[in-house]
Amino acid sequence: MKRSHWSIPYVVFLTIFVVLPLVLILVYAFQDGSGHFTFSNITKFFSDSDALGTFAVSIEVAIENTLICILLGYPAAWILANKELNRSAVTIVLFIMPMWINALMRTLATAELFNVFGITLGKGTLLFGMVYDYLPFMIYPIYNVLNKMDKSYAEAAQDLGATPWEVFWKVTVPLSMPGVSSGILMVFMPTVSTFAISEFLTNNKIKLFGTIIQENINSSMWNYGAALALIMLIIIGITTLFSDERKEAEGGLV
Amino acid sequence: MAGDHIIDLKHVSKRYGDKVVLDDINLYIRKGEFVTLLGPSGCGKTTTLRMIAGFLAPDEGEILLDGKDISGIPPHKRPFNTVFQRYALFPHLDVYENIAFGLKLKKVPADEIEKRVKRVLKLVSMSDYEDRDVESLSGGQQQRVAIARALVNQPKILLLDEPLAALDLKMRKDMQIELKEMHKKLGITFIYVTHDQEEALTLSDTIVVMNEGRIQQIGTPIDIYNEPVNCFVADFIGESNILKGRMMHDRRVAFIKHEFDCVDEGFGEDVPVDVVVRPEDIYFTTDPARCQFKATVNSCVFKGVHYEMWVDTDTGYELMIQDYDPYEVGSEVMLYIDPDDIQVMHKERTRNVLEGKMVDETHVEMIGGVFECLPQAGLSAGDAVEVETTFEAVDLLDHQEDGVVSGEVHFLLYKGDHYHLTILTDDGYHLWVDTNDIWDKGDLVGVNIAPKDLKISRKNEA
Repeated sequence: MKRSHWSIPYVVFLTIFVVLPLVLILVYAFQDGSGHFTFSNITKFFSDSDALGTFAVSIEVAIENTLICILLGYPAAWILANKELNRSAVTIVLFIMPMWINALMRTLATAELFNVFGITLGKGTLLFGMVYDYLPFMIYPIYNVLNKMDKSYAEAAQDLGATPWEVFWKVTVPLSMPGVSSGILMVFMPTVSTFAISEFLTNNKIKLFGTIIQENINSSMWNYGAALALIMLIIIGITTLFSDERKEAEGGLV
Repeated sequence: MAGDHIIDLKHVSKRYGDKVVLDDINLYIRKGEFVTLLGPSGCGKTTTLRMIAGFLAPDEGEILLDGKDISGIPPHKRPFNTVFQRYALFPHLDVYENIAFGLKLKKVPADEIEKRVKRVLKLVSMSDYEDRDVESLSGGQQQRVAIARALVNQPKILLLDEPLAALDLKMRKDMQIELKEMHKKLGITFIYVTHDQEEALTLSDTIVVMNEGRIQQIGTPIDIYNEPVNCFVADFIGESNILKGRMMHDRRVAFIKHEFDCVDEGFGEDVPVDVVVRPEDIYFTTDPARCQFKATVNSCVFKGVHYEMWVDTDTGYELMIQDYDPYEVGSEVMLYIDPDDIQVMHKERTRNVLEGKMVDETHVEMIGGVFECLPQAGLSAGDAVEVETTFEAVDLLDHQEDGVVSGEVHFLLYKGDHYHLTILTDDGYHLWVDTNDIWDKGDLVGVNIAPKDLKISRKNEA
C-alpha cells in the first residue's frame, strides 16, 4: 500500500465536515428561496440596518473582549512563566482547567450566579462571561512563548544597561508578540460568531452577529443565514491574513 | 592590595543545593589583562563569569571592582559588557539597533550613537551590515555583531563566555587572531571563558585552570604548559605522558624504571612523585652515548605537522612521542629526555584515606557501604576509625550490584603502564584506583575491597 493512501480517512473526513459545509454555505448564499442564482442575500445585508448595527456591536464587543483578555492575560502569563514567581505546574493547570468544562455549562452557571446576586444582565455581564470563557485562550499562547523564550535575551539587555522595567518593555514584550497575536486570533474570531453567551447572559438584549445567523437559520431563512455566515467567514479570513504577517513560527498554541 | 587590580575575587563560594560549584575562589585580574578561565564543563568557569557580570551572587566571599565591593550592584549598573555564548542578539532588532541598544538606554544623543555604532562596526569589519536582520547573518557575523554590541558601550571589562564555541575551526582561528588584536588596540580588560585549551594558550596573558569548582593553577600560557602543578593540569593542557616516579634526591628522578637527571629540587629524598614529559620532549638518537633508554615503536600516525608515535620501553611502559620524522613500526629506537623537559610534581595522594565506623569486629562502614575486614582487636562497634587502602587494592566490577558500593568513573589518566582512575561513589565520595583494566569516563562500576587490604586504625580524637 502506498504511503499516500494513509491520508484517505482524513481526506474523507475533511470533505464531509469542512469542504462540503463550506460549499453548501456558498451555494445557499447565492440562491433565492426557489433555487435561482442571486446576489440579493448579500445586498440585503448591506441595506439591512438591523443586521449592520448588530454587526458593528459584535465587532465592538469582540474588540473589547480581546483587549480585556490581553490586559488580564499577559500579566497572568508572565507570572506563570516566571520561574521565581511560579514554581509549580499546578497553577498553570488551574488556569487551563476551566477549558475542560463545556463552555455552555460555564455560561449557564455564570448566568445563574448573576441571578443569585441580583445583577442585571446587560453589556457588563456579557463582557464578563466572554472574558471568563476566552481568557485561557489568551493566556496559554502567551505563556508558551514566554516560557520558551531564551532568558539570555533578558540577560543581554540587562548587561547592556537596561533596568528590569526596560528589559520588560524593550525585549520581553516585543519578543512575545507572536504569542499575543495567536491569542488575539483565538479570542477575537470566536467572539464575533458567538451567540450562546449573549443569549444566556443578556437574555438576548444584546444581539451579536452569531445570534442573527442562528435566528435566520432557525426560522428557515437558510439563504440569508448562509450569506451572513459567508460574510463572517470572509471577515475572519481577513483577520487571519493580518495576523499571519507576524512571524508565527514560535507562536504555537500547544 | 596592588593598585593595578581591576577585579578581586576573595574567598568566593557558590552552592546549588548540595552541590558546591565554586569552592573558595581567590583570584585577581590586572587592568588591561587578557585572562582566560579554562576548564572542562561543570568546572565553575561560567559561574565565575556570571558572578562578575552580576547575574549570580556568591554565597560567600566578595567581588571587588577597583577595590570596592560590588556585590550589591545589579548587572545593569556594572561597567562590564558580556558577549554571550549563543550571542543573544535581539531578533526583533536589526544590526544597527542591536548595537545601539545600550547607548539608547543611556540617552546618548542620536548623532553620537551613529558615530559610535559606525566606529565599532568598522572595528569588527561589518560596516555594510547595519540594516541587516540579525537572523540572516552567519554565525561568524552574529559573533562580530555581539562583540560590537558589547564594545560600543566602552566597558571597563569585556566578558566573553565561550564566544567562539559555535564557530567552525577555520573561522575560530581567524576570530582568535582578531580578538587578540582588538584587545591590544582597545587596551581594556578581557575575561574569557573557554574549555578549549588551545584557544586559551593562543589568546591569554594569564590562564586560570579550574576543575570541580576550584582553581588548579594560575599562570602564563608558557608556565601552565611547561610547569603544570598537578596531573589534572598536565592532562588537560596539551598532550602529555604522566608517569609515576620517585625523587631519588635533588635533581635526580626515577621513572619507567630508569633514572634521569632533572632540574627540580626540594622534594626530599626517596619521595613518590608524579612526572610529566611532553611527547615532543622525548628525542630519538642514534648515538649510544646519549641514549637513556630503548624502546620499540608500536604505532606511528601522521598528524599534519608531526608524527605521533607510541613506543613500548624496554621496561614495559608505553609512551607517546611526537617527532617530525617517522620511525617504522616494530623498529628498536634509542631515546633520551633533556633534564629541563622533565616536570616533577608532588603527588596529591599516595593512598586512599577514608573515614569509617566499626559495625562489628569484622565489618567497617565507610563511603556509604559496609565492608568486610579482618578481625580488629581492640576496636568495638561504633568506634570511629580511619581506613587506609592502596590504589591497587580497590577492585572495580562491571556490574554495579556486585560491589559493596557503586559509583562512576569520574576522571582517568593513563600512566604509561596502568590507569589511574578517580571514582565518584553514588554517595559522593572520591576513591582513587590504579588498574590495568580499561575503563571509560562515565562507566558505572561496582567497588569492592578485599578484607586483607583494609588497614584500620582508631581515629585520633582531635
